[in-house]
Amino acid sequence: MIWIFDSIILIFLVVTAIISLQVKDLLSAAMIFGVYSFLMCLLWAGMAAVDVAFTEAAVGAGVSAVFLIATVLRTSRRSSD
Amino acid sequence: MEIFEAISTKINYWVYIVIMMIGLYAMIAKNNMIKKLIGMSIFQTAIILFYVSIGVKEGATIPILYHDQVHGAHDDHHEADTSHGENGVVESHATDIHINPDEFTNPLVHVLMLTAIVVGVSTLGVGLAITQKLHREYGSIEEHEILELIKSGK
Repeated sequence: MIWIFDSIILIFLVVTAIISLQVKDLLSAAMIFGVYSFLMCLLWAGMAAVDVAFTEAAVGAGVSAVFLIATVLRTSRRSSD
Repeated sequence: MEIFEAISTKINYWVYIVIMMIGLYAMIAKNNMIKKLIGMSIFQTAIILFYVSIGVKEGATIPILYHDQVHGAHDDHHEADTSHGENGVVESHATDIHINPDEFTNPLVHVLMLTAIVVGVSTLGVGLAITQKLHREYGSIEEHEILELIKSGK
């Protein structure tokens, strides 16, 4: 049963990674990267690495997303690719 | 059927390779600096995924000792000590704490990867600071536009 759970999250991981790199709007890219990080956090909680999971939730998803959004707001929001 | 088993039992490693190559492609082929940095973060999380996958065991739980696993064994030790004390036999039961390592995932890789997460967010912060500096200097965060500006002597 945990195998199905892991497989669904891993498929969504690849999908969100591709979408966050393909979308033209950089603010959307930052938010979808936050979704990617939270999915990674769920996966690690499922793999019994809870310390890594909540570090990723706080530092990876939270602080990284804030840094990216701050940079997008201070520079330009459109991307050429 | 064997191929299906080879993929399904090691699906973490297959997905790790796919995600790492997506991040590497973004670092090389994307023109936007922020896209490059998102690719770098995806690359780093893929490597962390690989390392955490190494420490996983089938049917194992989180590497935290329960209260009775430590103190229950200690109480047994105490009772055994008093009962044997009457016979004048002193036995050390310190090695009687039964902790089966198969019940826990390997915590070594978790500790290593905690450092890797913090290093990852630090490199992302430095990269984004350089991106802001470039935007202030050249008015663009696209690599090819900045290269054109440098080539034309600004």
